[in-house]
Amino acid sequence: MAEQQQKYYVPASSPWPIVGAIGLGLIAFGAGHAVIDMSKEQSGFGMNVLFAGIAVILVMLFGWFRDQINESMQGLYSDQLGNSYRQGMSWFIFSEVMFFAAFFGALFYARVIAVEWLGGASNNAMTNEVLWPDFSAMWPLTETPGGTTTQAMGWAGLPLYNTILLVLSSVTCHFAHVGLEKNKRGQLKVMLGITIVLGLIFLYLQGAEYVHAYNDLGLKLDSGVYGNTFYMLTGFHGMHVTLGTIMLIVMFLRVLKGHFTPESHFAFQATSWYWHFVDVVWVCLFFVVYVF
Amino acid sequence: ESQLNLTRGVTDISSRVYDLHMTIFYICCVIGVVVFGAMFWSMFVHRRSKGAKPATFHENVKVEIVWTVVPFLILIGMAIPATTTLIAMEDTSDADVTVQVTGSQWKWHYKYFDNEVEYFSLLATRQDQINNRLDKGENYLLEVDRPLVVPTGQKIRFLITSDDVIHSWWVPDFAVKKDANPGFINEAWTRIDEPGIYRGQCAELCGKDHGFMPVVVIAKEPAEYEEWIAAEEERQLKAKEEEQRLMSMEMSMDELMDLGESVYLGSCAACHQANGEGVPGVFPALKGSDMALNDIPAHIDVVVNGASGTAMQAFGNQLSLRELAAVITYERNAWGNDTGERVQAADVNEYMNQ
Amino acid sequence: MSTAGEAIQDHDHDHEHHDHKATGVTRWLFTTNHKDIGSLYLWFSFIMFLVGGAMAMVIRAELFQPGLQLVDPHFFNQMTTVHGLIMVFGAVMPAFTGLANWMIPMMIGAPDMALPRMNNWSFWILPFAFAILLGSLFMEGGGPAFGWTFYAPLSTTYSSDSTALFVFSVHIMGISSIMGAINVIVTIMNMRAPGMSYMKMPLFVWTWFITAFLLIAVMPVLAGAVTMVLTDKYFGTSFFDAAGGGDPVMFQHIFWFFGHPEVYIMILPSFGIISAIIPAFTRKPLFGYASMVYATAAIAVLSFLVWAHHMFTTGMPVFAELFFMYCTMLIAVPTGVKIFNWVATMWRGSMTFETPMLFALAFVILFTIGGFSGLMLAITPVDFQYHDTYFVVAHFHYVLVTGAIFSIMAAAYYWLPKWTGNMYDETLAKWHFWLSLISVNVLFFPMHFAGLAGMPRRIPDYALQFADINQIVSIGGFAFGLTQLMFLWIVIKCCRGGEKALAKPWDGAEGLEWTVPSPAPYHTFETPPEIK
Ligand code: HEA
Ligand code: HEA
Ligand code: CUA
Ligand SMILES: [Cu+2]
Repeated sequence: MAEQQQKYYVPASSPWPIVGAIGLGLIAFGAGHAVIDMSKEQSGFGMNVLFAGIAVILVMLFGWFRDQINESMQGLYSDQLGNSYRQGMSWFIFSEVMFFAAFFGALFYARVIAVEWLGGASNNAMTNEVLWPDFSAMWPLTETPGGTTTQAMGWAGLPLYNTILLVLSSVTCHFAHVGLEKNKRGQLKVMLGITIVLGLIFLYLQGAEYVHAYNDLGLKLDSGVYGNTFYMLTGFHGMHVTLGTIMLIVMFLRVLKGHFTPESHFAFQATSWYWHFVDVVWVCLFFVVYVF
Repeated sequence: ESQLNLTRGVTDISSRVYDLHMTIFYICCVIGVVVFGAMFWSMFVHRRSKGAKPATFHENVKVEIVWTVVPFLILIGMAIPATTTLIAMEDTSDADVTVQVTGSQWKWHYKYFDNEVEYFSLLATRQDQINNRLDKGENYLLEVDRPLVVPTGQKIRFLITSDDVIHSWWVPDFAVKKDANPGFINEAWTRIDEPGIYRGQCAELCGKDHGFMPVVVIAKEPAEYEEWIAAEEERQLKAKEEEQRLMSMEMSMDELMDLGESVYLGSCAACHQANGEGVPGVFPALKGSDMALNDIPAHIDVVVNGASGTAMQAFGNQLSLRELAAVITYERNAWGNDTGERVQAADVNEYMNQ
Repeated sequence: MSTAGEAIQDHDHDHEHHDHKATGVTRWLFTTNHKDIGSLYLWFSFIMFLVGGAMAMVIRAELFQPGLQLVDPHFFNQMTTVHGLIMVFGAVMPAFTGLANWMIPMMIGAPDMALPRMNNWSFWILPFAFAILLGSLFMEGGGPAFGWTFYAPLSTTYSSDSTALFVFSVHIMGISSIMGAINVIVTIMNMRAPGMSYMKMPLFVWTWFITAFLLIAVMPVLAGAVTMVLTDKYFGTSFFDAAGGGDPVMFQHIFWFFGHPEVYIMILPSFGIISAIIPAFTRKPLFGYASMVYATAAIAVLSFLVWAHHMFTTGMPVFAELFFMYCTMLIAVPTGVKIFNWVATMWRGSMTFETPMLFALAFVILFTIGGFSGLMLAITPVDFQYHDTYFVVAHFHYVLVTGAIFSIMAAAYYWLPKWTGNMYDETLAKWHFWLSLISVNVLFFPMHFAGLAGMPRRIPDYALQFADINQIVSIGGFAFGLTQLMFLWIVIKCCRGGEKALAKPWDGAEGLEWTVPSPAPYHTFETPPEIK
C-alpha cells in the first residue's frame, strides 16, 4: 500500500478510451432507435448503428488489451498498479452486485408487497374489494390480477442441475487459479478447460429451460410480474455467464500462449473473481427465484 | 386568509397540521438565530482587519457531545406530536360517507358508495382565458364544472385511485393529499367543520395538462347535503331512462355535430387538439386519419374501449350513448373529414352489447 | 492580492518544467493526465450548467405571468424534466468529478489518478450521453416530459418514443459515473504518499471517498430502474402495472433508493470544499476533524434508510411512514455537527473575506436554511401539505444552488490560481458574489411562500393569487442567470492572464497542493512527497 510506493507508472496517452466512448455512444443511440423501430415494427437505422457500436467496442477492447498486455509483458507495471487493478475490479463487481440488487429488490417487493396488497393485505383491503375482487394473492403468481395465466417453473430438474454445474465450475476455476499460482500449467489448463465446458453446458441448459418455459409452461417475459422477474433475473445472469465464459476462453488462449506467471496474472485473477461472483448470484437466484 | 403561509384549513386535522408546521418553523428559526448569530459575531469581531489573532484550539469533546445530543433531543420533541397527528390522519375507520375518487388524464371522477351517484369533474376555465384572449376570472384554473359535494360534520372517507397515470388528490383546507395510483386504492378521510367551497389541485405530474386538473369541493350542512344527493340520484336515474328513450330516435346531422363539437372540446381536444391534428409522435391526428374516414367499427371501438397501452382512454363509461354517437360523428365530419356518415346512439349501443 | 502578504515565496517560478504534453486536439482526446481530464470535466459541467440554466430561464419566462405565453404545456414539461436531469447529472456531478480529478492526486501526493485511461474514458462518455439526451428533444413527440424522477406509468405507457433514448443515455451516464467513482476510490485507497494515513487526509478527499462509495452503490440501481422502465414500455413486462401484479409505487421505491443517496452525492464533496476554505481564511485549523469524518460517514449510512420520505403521499402503511420520518429527521444530527464545527472554526479566528470565503460563508447559511426546510419536509403529516409544491422546489434549490453550486464556485475561486497560475480579478469576483447572493435569494426565497400558499410544482400556469410571487421569482431568476455570465468571463479572463499567483496565494491555506508551484506543473509528485 502507501508505504511501498515506487514510481507509479502513469500510462501514456491512448486513443482507446475515446474509441470506447464513441462505441458506447453508438450503442446507446443505436439501441434506443432499434427499440423504437421494433415497437413500431418498422426497419430503421437503429440496429445498424447498434451493431456498429458493438463492433467499435470490440475493436477498442482488442486494441486496449493488446496495448495493456504488451506493456505488462515489458515489465512496465508496478505492484502498486496491480493493486489498483485488483481494487478496481472488486469495486466493479460490487457495482454489479448492486445492479442485481435492484432486480432482487423488485422481486421481493412484488412478491411480499405488491401482490399481497392487490390481494387485500395491509392497508389495501379496498384495493382488492373494489378493483380486483376476483384476485387472490399467490406466489408464484400464476394468474395475474389482469387475468394472464401461466405455469410456475419448479426447481427440481434443470435449475437444480444448473446449480450443481455452476458451483462445480466455481470449484474448478479455483483449482485452475491454484494451479497457476503453483506454476502447475497442466492443472491450470485442464481445470480452466473444464470450467469453460461447464459454463457452456450451463448456458445450453438455460436455453433449453427457456424453450421449455415458453412452449410447455406458457411462462413468458410478459406473463405478469412472476415472468418478468424470472426472465430479468435469469436473463441478466445468463448474460453475465456468457460474458464470463468469453473471458475464460480468452484466458485459456492466453494460457496456451504462455502468458501469466505465478506472481503476475491480474487478468486471470479478475476473471476468476468475476466467475465466482456470477456463481454466487446464481445460488441466491436459485433459492429466491426457484425454490421459495 | 394569508397568501404567504400554509392555510389553517377547516378541519381539526388541518389545524393540527398547521400548528405542527408553525412549531417546527419557530424551532428552526431559533436554531437559526443561535447558529447564524455565532457566525456573524465571529465575522464581525474575529476579523483580521480588527487585529484578531487566531486561536489554535481545534477540538473539544464536551461541546461536541452537547451539540450532538441537544439537536437529538429537539428532534424527539418534534417527533412526538408528528407521530400522534400522523396516526390520527391515517385512521380511516368508521366513516359516515364514502366517495371513490378516480383520477384520469385530466379530470376527476367521483362515485358515492351509498347512493347511485357518480360523475366527472372537469376544469371549467375557458381555453381563451388560458391563452390570454379573455380576462381571467377570480377562480382562474381552480374552477370545475361539477364539484364534489359532501356534508359537514361527518367523517368522509375517500377511496383514491386512478385510471391511467399517477395523480394526487389535494385539498389544502383539509390537509388531505393522497396519490391516486392506478390499480391500487389509497384511503384518506376528513371531517369538515364549516360549509364552504374548497379548492385544490392535482399534485402529481400526470402529463401535459397536469396544471389544469383542479379539485373543487362544496361542503354543505348535512340536511342540505341529503337534499342535494337525493335530487342528484333522481336526476341521474332520469338521465339514464332518457338515454334509453332516445335510443330509438334518430338525431340530425346538425344536432350530432353541435353536441359532438362540445363533447370533443371537453374530452378529446386536450390530446387530439381542437383542429384534430393531434401532436405528432404523441397523440395521433384524427383529421384525415384512415380510421376516421373509413372504419366505423374500429372508430367506435377505440372511443368506447380505449386503446390499451396508450394514453387513449375508454370513454364508454365516461360519456352517454348520445354523446359517444355525437362525438364519433363529429370526428368523421369535422376538419374536412367529410364522410357525411352519421353514427347514432343505437349504433353505439348495439356495438357495446355485442 | 492584498491578503497574500505572508504567503510563502514561490521559488519554482521560472523553472523550466519538463512537461511532455501532447499538443493539439489529440492532447485532449487521448489524455491520461488527471489535470487535463479535470479541466475537461469542469468545462463540460459549466457548459451543461448554462444549458440547464437556459432551460430554467424558459421555465421562469413562462411562469412570469399567469396564462400560457411562450411554450405549450408539453414543452414546458420537457423543459422541467431536462433542466433537472442536466443540472443533476450534467452540471453538479461532473463538476465534482472534475474537482476530484484536479485535486485528489495533488492532495494525497499521488502522481495521477490510479486508472488514468479509464479516467479519460469516463469523461468522454459524457458528451455522447448528453448529446443523445438533448437530441431527443427534437424527436417527433418531444423529449422526456415525465420529470427528472420519471415516475411510471407516465414514463412507460404514457411517454413518447424518446424514452428509449432517455433510458440508454442514462445507462451510459451511469457507466461513466461508476468508472469515475471507482477511479476516485482506488486512487484514495492505493495512491496516498507514504505517511498520508487516512486520518491525515484532507476532508475533501474524505468526503469524496464516501461519495464514491455511494455512487458505486446506487448508480447501478438507477440502471436497474431505467431498465425496468424500458421493458415495461417496450417489452410487455409489468413491473409497474397492477394488472400484471406489479405496482407503480415500486418504481418510486427503486428510484428513490438511488435518488436519496444521489442528493447526498451532490452535497458531500461540498462539505469537503467548505472544510478546506473556512480554515484557510480564518487561519485556524478545522475544528473537529475526526467528528467531521464520522459525521460524513453517518450521513452516508443514513442516506440508505430514508428514501421513502419522497413518497409519504403514496399510501404506505403508517409504520413505514413513521420509520422513514424518524430516520430522515436523524440526518439533521450529523449535518448539524458539520455546521457547528464550521462555526467553531470561525470562532476566535482571524478572518478575511476573499471571494472563496464569501461563497463558503454564504454556503453555510443558505445550506442550513435549505436543511431546515428539509427537516420540515421530513415531518410526514406536514409533508402532506408541502409535497409537490414550490416549497419542495425552494428546499432543493437552496441545498443544490446555494449549496452545491455555491460550493463549486467557492472551489473554483479557491483553486483557480493553482490551476491557471494567475489570480482571478478580485473586484469582478466580489461583484459576482454579491449579485449572485442577492439575486439567488430573490429567486428562491419567495418560492417557499408560493408553495405554502398552495402552488403545485411542475405546472406551466397557475391561479391568480400566485402571480406576484412568481413575477418576483422570475426577475430574481433572470438576474441570477445573467450574473453567472460574469463568472464565465472571470474564469476566461483568469485563464488568459492576470497577476501571477504564488505557489500558496492564501496565507492560511493548508495542504500538499500548495507546496507545488502555480500553475501546478503538468506532472506533480512523480516521486511521492514525505508527509510528516
Ligand atoms: C444536495 C441536495 C439535498 C440535500 C443535502 C438535502 C437534504 C435534506 N433533505 Fe432534501 N431534497 C433534495 C435535495 C437535497 N435534500 C431534492 C433534489 C429533493 C426533491 C426531489 C424531487 O422530488 O424532485 C428533496 C426533497 C426532500 C424531501 C421530499 C419532499 C417532498 O417531495 O415532499 C424531503 C422530505 O423529507 C427532504 C428532506 C431533507 C432533509 C431532512 C435533509 C437533511 O439532510 C438536511 C439536514 C440539515 C439541517 C437540518 C440543517 C443544519 C442542521 C443544524 C443546524 C442542526 C440543528 C438542527 C435541528 C435539530 C433542526 N428533501
Ligand atoms: C443542481 C441542480 C439545479 C440547479 C443548479 C438549478 C438551477 C435553477 N433552477 Fe432548477 N431544478 C432542479 C435542479 C437545479 N436547478 C431540479 C432537480 C428540478 C426538478 C425537476 C423536476 O421537477 O423534474 C428543478 C426544477 C426547477 C423549477 C421548477 C419547475 C417546475 O416544477 O415546473 C424551477 C422553476 O423556477 C427551477 C428554476 C431554476 C433556476 C431559475 C435556476 C438557476 O439557478 C439557473 C441559473 C443559471 C443560468 C440561467 C445559466 C447561465 C446563463 C445563461 C445561459 C444566459 C442566459 C440567461 C438569461 C437569458 C437570463 N428549477
Ligand atoms: Cu393529474 Cu396531475
Ligand atoms: Cu431525499
